Amino acid sequence: MSTATEAIRIIPKSPGANDEGQWLEVSMGPQHPSTHGVFRMDVVLDGERIVKLKPVFGYLHRNHEKIAENESYLGSMPYTDRLDYFCSLTNNWAYALAVEKLAGIQVPERAEYIRIITAELTRFQNHACLIGFLTQDMGASGTPLMYAFREREKILDLFESLTGARMMCNYMRFGGCRVDLPAGWIEQARAAVASFPRFLDEFEQLLASNEILMARTQGVGVLSKEFAVNAGVSGPVLRASGVNYDVRKADKYGIYDRFAFKIPLGEHGDTYDRYMVRLLEMRESLKILELALRDIPAGPIVDPKTKIRGFRPKPGEAYAHIEAPKGDLGFYLISDGSSNPYRYRVRPPSLVNLTVLEELCIGHNVADVVVILGSIDIVMGEVDR
Amino acid sequence: MTLSMFQAIDQIDQIFVTSQHRLVSDLPAEFQSISSAILSVIAIVLVFALLFAITTVLERKGLGRMQNRYGPNRVGPCGFFQPLADGVKSLTKEDLVPRTADQLVHFLAPVLLVMAAFLAYAVLPVGRNMVLVNLNAGVLYFFAVGSLVELAVFMAGWSSRNKYSLLGAMRAIAQMISYEVPLVLASIVVIMAAGSLSTVSIVDMQASYTGIWPHWFVFTPWGFAGFALFMIAATAESNRSPFDLPEGESEIIAGYYIEYSGFKFALFFLGEYLGMFATSAMAITLFLGGWAAPFSFLTWIPSYLWFFAKLVLLILIFIWIRGTLPRLRMDQLMSFAWQFMLPMTLLNLFVAGVWHFMPAGIVRWLVCIALLVAPAILLSRSLKQGKKFAVRHYRFAE
Repeated sequence: MSTATEAIRIIPKSPGANDEGQWLEVSMGPQHPSTHGVFRMDVVLDGERIVKLKPVFGYLHRNHEKIAENESYLGSMPYTDRLDYFCSLTNNWAYALAVEKLAGIQVPERAEYIRIITAELTRFQNHACLIGFLTQDMGASGTPLMYAFREREKILDLFESLTGARMMCNYMRFGGCRVDLPAGWIEQARAAVASFPRFLDEFEQLLASNEILMARTQGVGVLSKEFAVNAGVSGPVLRASGVNYDVRKADKYGIYDRFAFKIPLGEHGDTYDRYMVRLLEMRESLKILELALRDIPAGPIVDPKTKIRGFRPKPGEAYAHIEAPKGDLGFYLISDGSSNPYRYRVRPPSLVNLTVLEELCIGHNVADVVVILGSIDIVMGEVDR
Repeated sequence: MTLSMFQAIDQIDQIFVTSQHRLVSDLPAEFQSISSAILSVIAIVLVFALLFAITTVLERKGLGRMQNRYGPNRVGPCGFFQPLADGVKSLTKEDLVPRTADQLVHFLAPVLLVMAAFLAYAVLPVGRNMVLVNLNAGVLYFFAVGSLVELAVFMAGWSSRNKYSLLGAMRAIAQMISYEVPLVLASIVVIMAAGSLSTVSIVDMQASYTGIWPHWFVFTPWGFAGFALFMIAATAESNRSPFDLPEGESEIIAGYYIEYSGFKFALFFLGEYLGMFATSAMAITLFLGGWAAPFSFLTWIPSYLWFFAKLVLLILIFIWIRGTLPRLRMDQLMSFAWQFMLPMTLLNLFVAGVWHFMPAGIVRWLVCIALLVAPAILLSRSLKQGKKFAVRHYRFAE
């Protein structure tokens, strides 16, 4: 009979380890239900405890940056949808912002409002679904996820009637947006936004004080303030560790300075904080949405001076970043005066946030790894590009 | 009511028993007992396999309803023929066995699992006079057979030669052995009260009434606590959510049966559900009066209908819990078993003794409830000690 060691690689413990037994190396992924895409973790286990964890990615690499360098500026816009395919509109915005900075284009006021409305709707649906996925990773049978999807459907319907696509929106243009809001869109959006607080109350009531959820997330995957800053983590993951950094406040890009909203901050930096910070951020997004939907002015949606065809910015470089739902999403562009960018670089929040995964997981159980990974919120389309 | 009506009711109640007798009475005397046993076995296998099929649909539709979706609704009326389609699918699928697997053990594991699950039904009275064998140690036999499941699960996990299945098997063994202790201890209170290990006499004790109220053991403090503890342990024993760690779909994918496909996979499902039915049926037998009607004026409804009504009710509760709760972690599961379940079941034994020796009356109720509730609160406090799980308040930056 063949021994187990042939099929299962067993690693001897490092010298100095005093307890009995051996380590087991397990490859979690790339085909694993909870790795949120084709992501692999090489995990070394002592019983069920994580000793080492090596993230392995690149399975979804598709040469995004190089392809964009061989494409006209506008030609890359639909391709940015595919970065973080959950939040195509914020990707659009970050890229448009970088090009506008490069070419010095002004955006009309109505377009700024539309951008903020779509971006906050995107943030809302991303966070709602993330919480659903997180509880799914905890084994909640998908019930919270389906509740979140029910609300997401309303937002995707709005996106569909505005842009023609539900997920791959390709909506922003340099100097504005592609099409104006269709008739009745504002009312539809207001009705949707008005229905969300009830959903959030229900969500919070069902989940936030659930004994099992608290036991599974509190004190799990603690990310310290210093380490988070040193690792360059951004977005809700950073704010859950107690660092007050939100690009919407720090940069005031677009017209965010006109809106009163607060930044929720965590204290412990554990999975529960990351979950709660997102829940509270959704409420703040709703405040912005209400104001924006009330104040949106009439006017043009695109700067008429911007050239769509034969668009050639002056030689130079520009970096623009926004607060995407997953964190600080930046685009860096160098122009050599031709119709294509000389250099096109994406700073994906998912990738940078993923770098702290090993630190968070060591010493925890296998079951915690999927929960911690879920709380970091990655999309492999953005990590691998 | 006239005498003939009583007779008619009795005939309907005993219809399966009498028809079985009639069927075997023509046979030679030496074959009669064996053929009646075979008939009963066939009946049990068919009925509970059918219940399994119905439960899969109910579960999927119930979960669907809880999650704002439809669930299966394409095959047959309202999707109720879905199990047939699933059965055909699993029969026609390729049966893959990993090259490094231990072929024999890999094959035997699902067979043993289903066999062990079916063996448990031998002592479960599904109706008046409807039990395959009235063993005088029926409860003991039930738990002995039930622990065969652990062997089958570990065989599956080990023989697959897969790391996930090994992890799943490790979890399953730890969990099932830990929860078997409170499961057995929770049922001992009933054995103390009934003074018998025979499932039939335990049900007979509960099948009498004071006025319209039944004498079920669940309507005593120790019986209620025992029932609650038994059901928690039963949830863990049958690997149901929130104790579904051995499968842990989002962590270790499918646990011990990850390397099974086709009909062997279906057998695992069958075995798991049969185990769930069996432990639920045991809970009904021990605490909920078995086939007895809940009120004396409802005794005209056949006893087997009452049994299955109670069984379906418990199954629905299982489905409800599955759609509601997230999963526990291994260490939390184990500490819950040893730090809460075990002391509580032991205490419950003591309370059952107190109940037995105290004179009947309101004082007995109060003393027993106090003896159970206070330690339960204290134990659950100490379980959380040092962790301080609490809803937090967050600060906001402008």
